Amino acid sequence: MTIKTWLDTAIQDAERKNLSALRPMLESLARAASALRSADWNSDATDAANQRHQMSTPDAR
Amino acid sequence: MPASPRTIAELARALRAREISAEAATTECLDRIASRNPAINAYIAVLADQALAQARTADAELAAGRDRGLLHGVPVSLKDIIDVEGVPTTAASRVRAGHMAVRDSVVVTRLRAAGAVILGKNNLHEFAFGTTNEDSAFGPARHPLDPNRSPGGSSGGSAAAVLDGMGYTSVGTDTGGSVRIPSAVCGLVGLKPTLGEIPLDGIVPLSTTMDHVGPICRSAEDAGIVFDALRSEAGTRRVRAEVKGLRFGVLRGYFTSLLDFHVASAFEDTCSALSKAGATLEDVTIPHAGDIAPIYLHIVLAEAAAFHAKTLDSHADDYTPNVRIRLEMGRYILAEDYVRALRGRTVLIEEVDAAIDGRDAILLPTMGVPAIKLGAATVKIGGVEEPVRNIMLRLTQLFNVTGHPAITIPCGAATDGLPVGAQLVGRRGGTDDLLSVAESAEALLRPDSTR
Repeated sequence: MTIKTWLDTAIQDAERKNLSALRPMLESLARAASALRSADWNSDATDAANQRHQMSTPDAR
Repeated sequence: MPASPRTIAELARALRAREISAEAATTECLDRIASRNPAINAYIAVLADQALAQARTADAELAAGRDRGLLHGVPVSLKDIIDVEGVPTTAASRVRAGHMAVRDSVVVTRLRAAGAVILGKNNLHEFAFGTTNEDSAFGPARHPLDPNRSPGGSSGGSAAAVLDGMGYTSVGTDTGGSVRIPSAVCGLVGLKPTLGEIPLDGIVPLSTTMDHVGPICRSAEDAGIVFDALRSEAGTRRVRAEVKGLRFGVLRGYFTSLLDFHVASAFEDTCSALSKAGATLEDVTIPHAGDIAPIYLHIVLAEAAAFHAKTLDSHADDYTPNVRIRLEMGRYILAEDYVRALRGRTVLIEEVDAAIDGRDAILLPTMGVPAIKLGAATVKIGGVEEPVRNIMLRLTQLFNVTGHPAITIPCGAATDGLPVGAQLVGRRGGTDDLLSVAESAEALLRPDSTR
């Protein structure tokens, strides 16, 4: 789920529950989630992070 | 404040010299509570009769030569999320109305075994989920030096009680800084041991993988005495290290970029004093410091929401509005983001391990500002308004994520007399070594601390 889809869905749900005060907090949480997802320590199924690491390590050439 | 003695170590000596009885020390604390608690609101429950009975027992045991250790006969209090058999554990929340603890928590069992006298239960930020102690079903605890300011939180009542002489120590909990933050703003010593070192059984959880138990005291020596009792190894002795030759890694960058002028000044004075005394100070870094807050947030919100899900559905209106809304936020955390946060946690553990490698401790400020005014949503630093909660957690939450032991000691004061704390961080499992370093640094920075 993208951050935008998640945020839109979360805000709709919060408003349905009469928790409009949650909106700015959810927007803040969305920024935190974006930071987590873009961190360079994440790995994924393409193994791209490991490939980047090997390319930057002279011994791996 | 009791006329004398001032610290646990002093009281322990006085008790054994028959200069004071445990009953007299307890009576002095109870009198202080009666006179000061209406203004400070540090206690939710006072167990006067039980405390006096425990004190008389301690006096009789000491007179008979049965010495349980340095905490024997010492009046202590507990943050009110720690179970004491036959006493409600309110967590400062209306959600807990009608609760009664059916057995002692492990830490209370150990305190009793050490002969401590339990005075009562301290006020806190509701369910330990906040840094100011303002959101409490019992009203805010107030700073003894300025009742218009917060004593910090979430263990705010605990710190206010110790600062104001309503007990010699209080046992609190620390999930993002809740022992160290109130200790720092109240000019006290607060210890968060290594993660898992002290059992959490019988304590209301906030974040099951980041909760810690620790003491708030008037000296580092006292913190060691209470730590020994809480881990049930009362025989362990620490030797105070010489400041000369100690090696400190100083965290700067992210950790010193948002500091009130007075905090920055006190911290630099601390670094200079340690250096002049012969310690070696080198700057160290946490490469992913910018990820600390997102990682912490995703872990604490998800774990807190899991614990509170049932009562959020059934008793939502019994929470204070601010705590309820933060708990509700946790229900929107995606599992994949929680797992990313756990991956980030392992990265931060490695980076803190690397920062401390070859050194005795990491050094950084405990909190970026002195005690804040009650009701403040933001604080101004360098002309910029920053949210109170972010600023208060900024320098402490890392070590809840990583589990490294951390302690705050007083290191100065702002011009209005409000205290400032310096934070020392040790190796995982190295809480004893950290306490030794803290005692040395404290003796240098606050030479009257053990008098």
